Amino acid sequence: MTTSATAAVEASAPAEPFLDLSGLRKTYPGVVALADFGMTVRPGEVIGLVGENGAGKSTLMKILGGVIEPDQGSIVIDGEAHPSLTVAQSMAAGIAFVHQELNLFDNLSVAANVYIGREPRKYGFLQLVDNDRLEKLVQPLLDQLGATFSPATPVSRLSLAEQQIVEIAKALSLDSRLVILDEPTSSLPIAETEKLLDVIAGLKAHDISVIFISHRLHEVVQASDRVLVLRDGNLVGELGDDDINHDAMVRLMVGRDLKVDYVPPARTSGEVVLSIKAVRTSTYPNREISLDLRAGEILGLAGLVGAGRTELARVLFGIDRPAGGRLELNGEEAHFATASDAVAAGVFLVPEDRKGAGLLLDFAIAQNISLPNLSAYARRRWVSREAEIAQAERSRTHLDIRAPDVRQRTSALSGGNQQKVVLAKWLAMEPKAIILDEPTRGIDIGAKSEIYRLMRGLADSGVAVLMISSDMEEVIGVSDRVAVMHEGHIQGTLDRDQCSEENILQLAVGRSIQERGRGC
Amino acid sequence: MLKKDLGLLTLIIVVGAVVAIINPRFLSPINIANTANLVGLFGIFAIGQGFVIITGGIDLSVGSIIALLGVVFVDLIANHGVPWPFAVLVVLALGMVMGTVHGLLITKLKLQPFVVTLCGLLIYRGIARFYTKDATAGFPFGVSFPDLEWITTGRTDIVAVLTGDTMHSIPIPHAFFIMLVIAVIMWIVLHRSVFGRYLYAVGKNEEAARYSGIRTSRVIVAAYVISATLAALSAVFFAMYTRSILPSGHGNFYELYAIAAAVLGGFSLRGGEGSIVGVVLGAILLQVLQNLVNLLGIPSSLNFAVMGSVILIGVIADQQFLLYRERNARKRGRQRAAGPAAAAAE
Repeated sequence: MTTSATAAVEASAPAEPFLDLSGLRKTYPGVVALADFGMTVRPGEVIGLVGENGAGKSTLMKILGGVIEPDQGSIVIDGEAHPSLTVAQSMAAGIAFVHQELNLFDNLSVAANVYIGREPRKYGFLQLVDNDRLEKLVQPLLDQLGATFSPATPVSRLSLAEQQIVEIAKALSLDSRLVILDEPTSSLPIAETEKLLDVIAGLKAHDISVIFISHRLHEVVQASDRVLVLRDGNLVGELGDDDINHDAMVRLMVGRDLKVDYVPPARTSGEVVLSIKAVRTSTYPNREISLDLRAGEILGLAGLVGAGRTELARVLFGIDRPAGGRLELNGEEAHFATASDAVAAGVFLVPEDRKGAGLLLDFAIAQNISLPNLSAYARRRWVSREAEIAQAERSRTHLDIRAPDVRQRTSALSGGNQQKVVLAKWLAMEPKAIILDEPTRGIDIGAKSEIYRLMRGLADSGVAVLMISSDMEEVIGVSDRVAVMHEGHIQGTLDRDQCSEENILQLAVGRSIQERGRGC
Repeated sequence: MLKKDLGLLTLIIVVGAVVAIINPRFLSPINIANTANLVGLFGIFAIGQGFVIITGGIDLSVGSIIALLGVVFVDLIANHGVPWPFAVLVVLALGMVMGTVHGLLITKLKLQPFVVTLCGLLIYRGIARFYTKDATAGFPFGVSFPDLEWITTGRTDIVAVLTGDTMHSIPIPHAFFIMLVIAVIMWIVLHRSVFGRYLYAVGKNEEAARYSGIRTSRVIVAAYVISATLAALSAVFFAMYTRSILPSGHGNFYELYAIAAAVLGGFSLRGGEGSIVGVVLGAILLQVLQNLVNLLGIPSSLNFAVMGSVILIGVIADQQFLLYRERNARKRGRQRAAGPAAAAAE
């Protein structure tokens, strides 16, 4: 109530904020996603929003989009206070989203997409689409955004940045007053990014506000009037126009004192097991990745979302074909045309999408464990259930999988135990190298440390472990060495004594490290 | 879209030319008229199937609808003395009801289109056989419907009509005309109307279409209604074409002809792709292939094998062409993006 009263008083002020958030709080069991967050957005203002993965940015966006309700706090739009928004209210208020994943119909033209569901019609009852009028409506929007394609172009012919412009045109056609760009540049090449930054400047000139969420800090510097930094659900800093610079943002994003929780034993690295030589992925066909995975070592692979880490993992495991380069396994050239080849060679992947790609949730625990190596459990092509269950029982003890029965469906397990089943399936075979993509995402603390212990155990037994992780603390705590990816290539590799959060972030945003901030 | 259609047209012309060279009877007026008649008969319900396929669905019940409603139609006019225009309306209304039921089961009960229409296929076939006690439905001796017969199975030599019988050309079967009229109407509906645009949107991404404010359920139900109603219309034409209906065999596999025509015509079974010109050309190619089997003395037992092979080759060629185009589009997109930036850098 007090908030709405203040807002009403302020309503007479000249630069009345379009949006005023205060005291927003959202918790999920065990996690504070957003704590006492507040911000204002004035017309024509471009606000950069930065923070590490999991800092609370997406929670905030979901609240603004009306997808989730905050536990506390108020949302004041044009002086009117709401405890929470519905999707319809958010749209009616003129808040438009342009997501990283686009929702365009690529079988329709640009103009048809912009006005989908709201087509101008002609010939009354026949309800025909008035294409001429439609294109006349869309052309000025495209002009305003500096687009070079015509409204009649099929969306399938557009590049990603151009498709984003179509989404923005759609937002403009809805008379949006606030356009929220969620990681719009993460999948764009540099040249296209420039185009998008021009578009943002154009929106600003039309008094439309923009919230620009990006991991690419130099773009945030270029685009924003003001930058808000989120960390662990808290607003930890706000930078005005003159203070926006790269280092200040990184400092705020990292913020906390470095903890030295884990401290794994110092390793002497062994032989090179898997050697990645100038491999290129189809996402970044012009960037080469070279990296050696050594026996007995946990190599952390850090980087921002979209840096190409998962794509690399898919190539290493034979899911995708590399666009170039080659792999060597124990010094011999290896070709993984399919994942089956990689498995046969002893290179395993624990994928990011545990429920979709890591497991068959409807299968029993024992069946999941035996699946990649079923012939080992078979006598004359008949799968021996006893052998399956015996192995599953061994795995259950070894990995401490908490389940009453290994014949139980995997879907009934907690996230941590499911991940242990994924690990169990590979540990039951003989891994030479194992790649773990975000192995502890969505897993509770207790299970996390068990998984770290298992990883360390694997390394100690001479396996090369590659851990992809966006969790800084995890990367620093677990890894013997950290490679940092940026836009499809290895920006730098850090030894234990160099791997501070600050150094990793510097590399992750595409800079080189200066000799400071010795960590770990 | 247009390029695809041109490719198919070229294929039809090439196949036709080859057949004509080997067996000149292919171009004889009577053969052309007969083939056109079959194109008309099969084209009508293939267009309906196209609407369903654009939504990403499938209608397997078409053949059984043709059998059941054909039996009902013949029974109404031959045995119950129902005036034929009224009987046609009854049959069309029944088709609409069937389509509505399919659509509602799919959108409201969230059943899969394949399952719903497969059950339709079985149920309608069973009812058709029960209805006639498995006997052949036909017209008693001496019963005739001159107007109805003229409309459905008649042929008109347009040139002769226009020139007052001084010049002659090929008499065109009316079924073909009607199919063309339906094709034109449906072309406008699919390619020019708001509903048509929603069909494409729903077929490409139903979720996104719903979030764009499109009533996706309505659009989907309408597609099944169109398919079943056009199948009902076909039922009348087929009944008059064969004049006697064996309910156990009449219309068997016709849904597959329709699906084949659509696939040949560039429809994607995933939805969101296809055009009326495409499905009509597909229906033409299928009949030309049938004709080819007859005229070239290929054993008629190989009929389906020929059809299947041509469809397979067509689909593979189409897929490769698509991949090639996508690669080019990506390259162009990169160049477009790099162009201005490179210019700015200089």
